[in-house]
Amino acid sequence: MSHAPDSYYVPHGSHWPIVGSIGLLFLMLGVSTWLNGADAGFWVMMAGVGIMVIMLAGWFGTVINESVHGLYNAQVDKSFRMGMFWFIFSEVMFFAAFFGALFYARNMSVPWLGGDSNNFFTNLLLWEGYESTWPTNGPGEVGGDYEVMGPFGLPLINTAILLTSSVTVTIAHHALISGKRAILGTFLALTAILGFIFVYMQAVEYIEAYEHMNLKLTSGIYGSTFFMLTGFHGMHVTIGAIMLTIIWLRVVKGHFTPDKHFAFEAVAWYWHFVDVVWVGLYVFVYWM
Amino acid sequence: MTTAVADAHEHHGPEKGIKRWLFTTNHKDIGTMYLIFSLIMFFAGGAMALVIRSELMTPGLQFVHPEFFNQMTTMHALIMVFGAVMPAFVGLANWMIPMMIGAPDMALPRMNNWSFWILPVAFGILLSTLLMPGGAPASGWTMYPPIVLQTGVAFPFLIFSILLMGLSSIMGAINIIVTILNMRAPDMWLLKMPMFVWTWLITAYLLIAVMPVFAGAVTMLLTDQFFGTSFFLAAGGGDPVMFQHIFWFFGHPEVYIMILPAFGVVSEIIPTFSRKPLFGHDSMVYAASSIAFLSFIVWAHHMFTVGMPLSGQMFFMFATMLIAVPTGVKVFNWIATMWRGAMTFETPMLFSLGFVFLFTIGGFSGVMLAIAPADIQYHDSYFVVAHFHYVLVPGSIFALMAGAYYWLPKWTGHMYNETAGKLHFWMSTIFVNLTFFPMHFLGLAGMPRRIPDYSTQFADFNWMASVGAIGFGLSQLIFVYVLLTSKKGEKATDRVWEAPRGLEWTVPSPAPYHTFDTPPVKRVSEEAFE
Repeated sequence: MSHAPDSYYVPHGSHWPIVGSIGLLFLMLGVSTWLNGADAGFWVMMAGVGIMVIMLAGWFGTVINESVHGLYNAQVDKSFRMGMFWFIFSEVMFFAAFFGALFYARNMSVPWLGGDSNNFFTNLLLWEGYESTWPTNGPGEVGGDYEVMGPFGLPLINTAILLTSSVTVTIAHHALISGKRAILGTFLALTAILGFIFVYMQAVEYIEAYEHMNLKLTSGIYGSTFFMLTGFHGMHVTIGAIMLTIIWLRVVKGHFTPDKHFAFEAVAWYWHFVDVVWVGLYVFVYWM
Repeated sequence: MTTAVADAHEHHGPEKGIKRWLFTTNHKDIGTMYLIFSLIMFFAGGAMALVIRSELMTPGLQFVHPEFFNQMTTMHALIMVFGAVMPAFVGLANWMIPMMIGAPDMALPRMNNWSFWILPVAFGILLSTLLMPGGAPASGWTMYPPIVLQTGVAFPFLIFSILLMGLSSIMGAINIIVTILNMRAPDMWLLKMPMFVWTWLITAYLLIAVMPVFAGAVTMLLTDQFFGTSFFLAAGGGDPVMFQHIFWFFGHPEVYIMILPAFGVVSEIIPTFSRKPLFGHDSMVYAASSIAFLSFIVWAHHMFTVGMPLSGQMFFMFATMLIAVPTGVKVFNWIATMWRGAMTFETPMLFSLGFVFLFTIGGFSGVMLAIAPADIQYHDSYFVVAHFHYVLVPGSIFALMAGAYYWLPKWTGHMYNETAGKLHFWMSTIFVNLTFFPMHFLGLAGMPRRIPDYSTQFADFNWMASVGAIGFGLSQLIFVYVLLTSKKGEKATDRVWEAPRGLEWTVPSPAPYHTFDTPPVKRVSEEAFE
């Protein structure tokens, strides 16, 4: 291997992508047949998940190994950074679809069902007596009576937890830059723990909603937007917390230097992204 | 400083056998796979189009059941959009962008491999729905609820294949954007980039912005179907029209995703065969950027008949008509490039000229459709079919053909069969017009789309269109012949053409497995932009 330090690393041949495609094939076929009512589909899906986990571990393992061996120069580092930035942008747009659905329902479809704009006869002939309001499970009262998830209590605590975790990850970052490894490890671990606490609290909230408030995914448009937005967000927090844990393990192993720590920063960006999404959620789903 | 190294062995060639294609991280290999895949999909989607046109050749029902007819229209569109046109442009991007900007490879080579290898999985799943109980999806490619929710067993397979296509597109787009922004030769600043690279930069941005929105929309369909959400259910406070808004917020930028790289290809070819630099390079960049911006604020012109507030109709009508301005800038720039040029008419140039002329016809019918009160008459008629086929077939597909002929000698090292190429162009052009031009008249006379039968007054034009479609399909076999004989012609020189511009013409023909291991420092100014 003749590797000049200023050269762009182009890997040759990797079997991980094709393993990933096979994993996706199993995953998608499995989940589709499962949704169609075939129980065997569940196991095909789980096989797909297993292959995907192996693929991710192997692929990231390869990249970490190459990074540790110094194959990546500053330009490769910049490619990774840009890649992560655009990936997060795509995630933002994914959430935008669901926020868009929320805003459309609140400002358009629900008022129109109540007769707003030029929909007087829609209201009179189809949904007589329905008055537009938010939250709502619609004129058909889909899912039956439910209680609204208010902004105080659990959601407020969760907001505090996530905002705090954004601070702790920043402290960890500054510690990494100034070479204070002990503070780095502590605050990174703290961030991951806060993330997992958030997920736990979210689970408690869901159980409360399902068991005591009759607020479900099936509770009309309010339930749909509430659970899809908070659910996808919670999924991202879970992924983020797992990533933080992996980064923490790497810190314990002595990875990262004050001037080369792309993986740390990528996860930190991702963490700030889930934080910002949560603020949007808190304001528009819980509060307003 | 972009200097590449091989990790294991210094400058080795490709691996042997199937491993080369399964494990490759080489942008040229991956580009080739994208192009071959899209050609296969082009013929698969084309076969479905011929089923449609055979059924419509004469009035009455003769070959297929109406349900199967609807499955054909749906699958034809999904396959052509996501399987043929988009991967073909990604294939061109893979092959050409690193060579055009002087980069050793794509920025993220392993992810590049994955972007491609997701596609066979996605389309395997999608095509398998044809064999399922209840058949393939029959809702039209727009998948409007509630009708799409009547899809049988195929429904989740449809949704997940779409999600996989989105995943592939997003990863491909991230790779292209990062390559362009981070891997350029040192003195190739942004406004020096070739137009093909510029249009792909903008296209990649559009892809990353809207594919996730599309993923969100189909996810909502999935949860409405299986998990009891009410996104598109009025009784629960949702709205089926909301799906149309989300879908077209994706769908309109999507049509520019399919045409902007075509603009780029044509902007490379016309200067070469006019022996003049591209007229108004920078204005082309601004025009493409304006088109991209406007594409985000015009989506509801696909839904003028759905019952929008008047203010909404007005906004979307005028915003849509604005697109004619930057598009006009582009068309006039191509014409100005040719003005008093020493033109020759090799196959790539013929396809490019066909593109400029016929795409503009599609653009004109687009302006007609933008006018809300008129659109209410045209909506869901064959006029719409004529419009979008004019921008997609003699638009995107002609540009793809032009690009393939233009760069084929660089890929194979041999000149293709020029006579066969010219025949391919003239046959395609005659038959594409025979197919789609009568559809304007059919639509204006009131023939609805997506219906397998029609009133006898439409018989003559339908018969013409079907003859044209069969002719167009057979003409494409000439292209296959050209490809199969592409290594039999005389050896191509490095520059291939008399006056091409750009770094890809400074490397040997065929392009070696690895190009620009060290960046071309001086050649950018000397070769590409004299």
